Amino acid sequence: MNAYKQIIQDGLWSNNPGLVQLLGLCPLLAVTNTVINGLGLGLATILTLVASNGIISLLRHQIPDEARLPVFVMIIASIVTIIELSMNAWFHELYLILGIFIPLIVTNCAITGRAEAFAARNPVGPALLDGLMMGLGFTAVLVLLGAMRELIGQGTLFSQAYLMFGEAARGFTITVIEDYRGFLMALLPPGAFIGLGLIVALKNIIDIKLADRQPKAAPVEVEAEATSA
Amino acid sequence: MPLFRISPPFLAGTNRVTLQMLQVLMAMVPAVAAMVVFFGPAVLINISLALVTALLAETLMLKIRKRPVKPFISDGSAAVTAVLLAVAIPPLSPWWLTVTGVLFSIVFAKHLYGGLGYNPFNPAMVGYVLLLLSFPLEMTTWLPVLSLADNPLNFSQALQLIFSGETSGGLVPDTVSGATPLDAMKTQIGLDILPEYIVNQDLFGMLGGLGWEWINLWFLLGGLFLLYRGVINWHVPVAMLLTLFVFSSLTSLFAPDITGSPMLHLFSGGTMLGAFFIATDPVSGSTTVKGRLVFGAGVGALTYIIRIWGGYPDGVAFAVLLMNMLVPLIDYYTQPRVYGATSK
Repeated sequence: MNAYKQIIQDGLWSNNPGLVQLLGLCPLLAVTNTVINGLGLGLATILTLVASNGIISLLRHQIPDEARLPVFVMIIASIVTIIELSMNAWFHELYLILGIFIPLIVTNCAITGRAEAFAARNPVGPALLDGLMMGLGFTAVLVLLGAMRELIGQGTLFSQAYLMFGEAARGFTITVIEDYRGFLMALLPPGAFIGLGLIVALKNIIDIKLADRQPKAAPVEVEAEATSA
Repeated sequence: MPLFRISPPFLAGTNRVTLQMLQVLMAMVPAVAAMVVFFGPAVLINISLALVTALLAETLMLKIRKRPVKPFISDGSAAVTAVLLAVAIPPLSPWWLTVTGVLFSIVFAKHLYGGLGYNPFNPAMVGYVLLLLSFPLEMTTWLPVLSLADNPLNFSQALQLIFSGETSGGLVPDTVSGATPLDAMKTQIGLDILPEYIVNQDLFGMLGGLGWEWINLWFLLGGLFLLYRGVINWHVPVAMLLTLFVFSSLTSLFAPDITGSPMLHLFSGGTMLGAFFIATDPVSGSTTVKGRLVFGAGVGALTYIIRIWGGYPDGVAFAVLLMNMLVPLIDYYTQPRVYGATSK
């Protein structure tokens, strides 16, 4: 059971793909200008990660070691194509906004990374859990960054929620600051880099504080993260 | 036997950073005074606001970073950043614009990179570009010079406009603002009006824009003072102004319909401020002698290119930041040969 706990902790916090591995930065930085965009891409990534981890783990004894990367990429590409077509059918407007970043999930190195580092060496159960947790960790960062940029950039949260939850969700939008002038920089690419930097810094501060609180509980792991981030 | 003998009295060492920064501030006094003459007291309100914000932000960041506050705050570098930014943005900028720009300069462009001496980009220009990209409307609401203004503002009106966006008499920034000379040049060339007709309007004076030419002249004088005192080197301003002059001379000879005269380029907008006070920043600029020439020439060329083909009327800030990025490369290729070492 301890191994499962470790997988959960790795995915959500100590080996988070967005904050620690810094993988998949291209979609992470490009589409997080609102919460909904972040959530949309995050959900698509979770689906891809779970499915690709599961399938690759099932086939791990059949995949020849020499040709594993092309096989991984083909499996991931098939899954992404299914997700892309489904999104086009059911969330058409969101699909149009996320645009090229849905097919680009194929090249998200977080997914190939998990396939190579985890799914190809572990049984199906842990592989599925790892995919889910890594995806959730990635999505959490996407949503947090999206919330920061949307709040600072246009003073709202959950704008355009109807793209994902249907017409009933038009009222979901929370206008946090009335008559906000807008702060364009937060919505532009520099805002994404600065925002992600601040979130990584915040995580490191929390890690340092946690390490301080329990001085005897192996601080080695925390230091390794601080340098790799 | 000692080779040389040193005997008292000794001079007390001075804090050279503080001394340099004080001289930079002193050198800006005449130009700031000229700005007050041409644009009214709003300039002073802006500078005071920027100074207070900068000093507060600097203190806060030093506290957070656990650095001693007093020696760092008294080095004056935060004050110089604040004044440079305050004279670069429009005098009637609303208070939050100034505060945002200064906070970004001090917190992000300076302290997050490690504080004075570690910032790869000129902090004041980072703040300026942030504002220009985020709030294009407010950043282009310049005042016309007082002699051309329909409603010259007094001190309390300026104060009201900056802090509440409206005077008690119902004036808003839109009703008192006007195009700057470089704005006019950009938009009217877009309308196929020849530069020689454009410069015949009230907005333009003998050399550059009316009022702007004097501000630029005073910045030039302040810059010469800094050169005389040895605070800055001649390489960057000379290379930058010469490049700008050569490029604009060539265009006025061969393609006179795309931009104004060389003098207009030298004495309008932020040319002199940029050449002597911003591009000469010892931290974010090149450090080798040849490198400074390359750096200055690059700033001059980019300023010229952005003014003519770019989307913005002036390009000094972008030019400085772009060249800041190239500084490591320039320094790498212009390292002086160590005396006695063989050349390749």
